[in-house]
Amino acid sequence: MVELVLPKNSKIKVGKTWPKPEGATNVRKFQIYRWNPDDGKNPQIDTYFVDMDTCGPMILDALIKIKNEIDPTLTFRRSCREGICGSCAMNVGGVNTLACIYGMDEVKGDVKIYPLPHMEVVKDLIPDLTHFYAQHASIMPWLETKTNRPAKEWKQSIEDRKKLDGLYECVMCASCSTSCPSYWWNSDKYLGPAALLHAYRWIIDSRDEATGERLDDLEDPFKLYRCHTIMNCAKTCPKGLNPAEAISHIKKMMVERAV
Amino acid sequence: MADPKQSARPLSPHLTVYRWQITAISSILTRITGNALLASFVLGVWWLFAAASGPEYFDFVNGILTCWVGDIIMTLSVLGIWYHFLAGLRHLYYDAGKGLDIPTAEKLGWACVIGSVVLTILTIVIV
Repeated sequence: MVELVLPKNSKIKVGKTWPKPEGATNVRKFQIYRWNPDDGKNPQIDTYFVDMDTCGPMILDALIKIKNEIDPTLTFRRSCREGICGSCAMNVGGVNTLACIYGMDEVKGDVKIYPLPHMEVVKDLIPDLTHFYAQHASIMPWLETKTNRPAKEWKQSIEDRKKLDGLYECVMCASCSTSCPSYWWNSDKYLGPAALLHAYRWIIDSRDEATGERLDDLEDPFKLYRCHTIMNCAKTCPKGLNPAEAISHIKKMMVERAV
Repeated sequence: MADPKQSARPLSPHLTVYRWQITAISSILTRITGNALLASFVLGVWWLFAAASGPEYFDFVNGILTCWVGDIIMTLSVLGIWYHFLAGLRHLYYDAGKGLDIPTAEKLGWACVIGSVVLTILTIVIV
């Protein structure tokens, strides 16, 4: 349901301003969303100053530097630092991205960092992705076959394999789904761009033999058809994928099989 | 892990922090113009109804719809019609699975916004 205003416990207050690093000449201001589950307070925006001369080039470098040198309580997920694990997805400068592959120079002015939008916050920049993962699981993200298993492997032509390009690269970081206003308002019933991109990845896999069942499952006013081509998903995807296009292909297949 | 002493999880900010994209703006404008045009059509029907019911009532309604407030509403309605028309064409194109790459989609968004303004000015000049 559309709720434009944040609930009472989610309203953001002004937080702490941390001291500037001494002797630094090239300082950049970071405003970061903080929420601690243990102190009973509302979320707040803390201000940090980072010495750019001794900091790496990526947003994640600055976050790690803040955690190491200024405020060890700052909490965020990160792992691979090269855009393949999908852990450090967050809202930077107004768009969702992976902090590890988003350059500091891609943000104008002060760097504002929030958790992924319209999600329950576990702590600071960490959203609860339980429901998001459950939606992914619901589209059967595996090869479904009915014929007997071949002696060696399920083969695929080079052309058929090419159909998976632009789909298999998704790292499930949730940037796209949480950029989608339709998903904000209807995430309980709408599967969202990420899960639908994965659904399409299996629908067009030439080896998969459950295409009909997969389409049947998506034939629902909410699961698929809440996509209104707002396109925030494709615009924000840190991997350069296009969930909106994948969704449109599913919609087209729905029509084609009906006529 | 679920500690009852912990406070309820807040909802992270969304509309207020997300940067507006042209594709998103052109999408919500389609819905806004669609709904606004419903109201405009009611005014239009009111005007026709007045024309059918007699000269005195027609003068009254016609006076409202052609005063400066009425002119503004009607001009905005023309803008709304053109916008909704262009956005509808764009939706047809999208439904064919075309134009969904970001550079094209952004151009189409701008085309709807700018095109509707240009067509509205043309309409005013011609009519």
